[in-house]
Amino acid sequence: MKGAIKVIIRIMGEGQYHVPEALCDQLKEVDNRIVVLVEKGNEKEFREELLKLISEIRKKGKVVEEKEILVSDIIVPPENMSFKEVKDIFKESEI
Amino acid sequence: MGLFKRMENVIESKINKVLNRMEDPRETLDYSYEKQLELLQNVKRGVAEVTSSKKRLQLQRAKLMLSIEKLEGQAKDSIVANREDLARLALERKDALVQQVDGIDREVAELEKQEEKLITSEKRLSTKVEIFRTRKESIKAEYSAAEAQVKINESVTGISEEMADVGLALDRAENKKEEMKARAEAIDELMEAGTLEDLTGGSKDDIDRELSKITKRSNVESELSMLKTEVGKGQTKTVEKRKDTEE
Repeated sequence: MKGAIKVIIRIMGEGQYHVPEALCDQLKEVDNRIVVLVEKGNEKEFREELLKLISEIRKKGKVVEEKEILVSDIIVPPENMSFKEVKDIFKESEI
Repeated sequence: MGLFKRMENVIESKINKVLNRMEDPRETLDYSYEKQLELLQNVKRGVAEVTSSKKRLQLQRAKLMLSIEKLEGQAKDSIVANREDLARLALERKDALVQQVDGIDREVAELEKQEEKLITSEKRLSTKVEIFRTRKESIKAEYSAAEAQVKINESVTGISEEMADVGLALDRAENKKEEMKARAEAIDELMEAGTLEDLTGGSKDDIDRELSKITKRSNVESELSMLKTEVGKGQTKTVEKRKDTEE
């Protein structure tokens, strides 16, 4: 397990985690689902996916120590991000 | 493009603002450090602002609770006075206030979380800033401008990401503050407009006026009937009454 720890994920507003790479594939799937949910305007399921994703990172990841200054591989939005904020980000990046 | 990639872009655009600024990369170190200190100050202020929006909402909640209590009393008085219409009105108003209180409770819980997170972020950032400060001095001492570039990119990018994250959290706190301010003002306006009665003003609302009319009316009625009894039954009763009060 220790050898598998490779990737650094930042949960915005919360901090960074070392996570096993295997989790990343799972995260990518969730990311894809989130995109569809945002397009469909399905706020409830979006929230569920996001919370599930974040708790998964917390559970399987190891907190990066405060004194370490590292660049993240993946950036995950804050857990309390509103649906409107997400939609705005999707809109802005299309322009 | 997924959400993670978009979040990365948001962070990156913030980072680039710091990184691309300086001719001599070593200056980037100092500039970044300056920005870090500034940000730490801003986070402290942000925490204080979140705390004060929370306090404002709690104060309004207390006011609303007083109004709710008063409306409950009015509803009871109205029932005693046999005025179901007034009681209904009081209860309807109470219901609207209870909903406001529920909304405030949810907001306060959210603000508390935000407060807590900002405090943790501040602590984390300040540890990193301290590490960065030491590292920056050693980079400046040991490397030429050209050599410094690589080292600088590593440490500056890392801390810039942290700064961008904290900066965005602050922006969100700021937005929330504005939202809360608007909410508090809306409740104030409702109270002023009399839709929700304002207790601080002390003036009587319409239910109060109706109830006091009823009380006055019944006072008059009871005095009238007392007078009637006195006049009708002659002096005996009044004498007895006097005796009672003297004892």
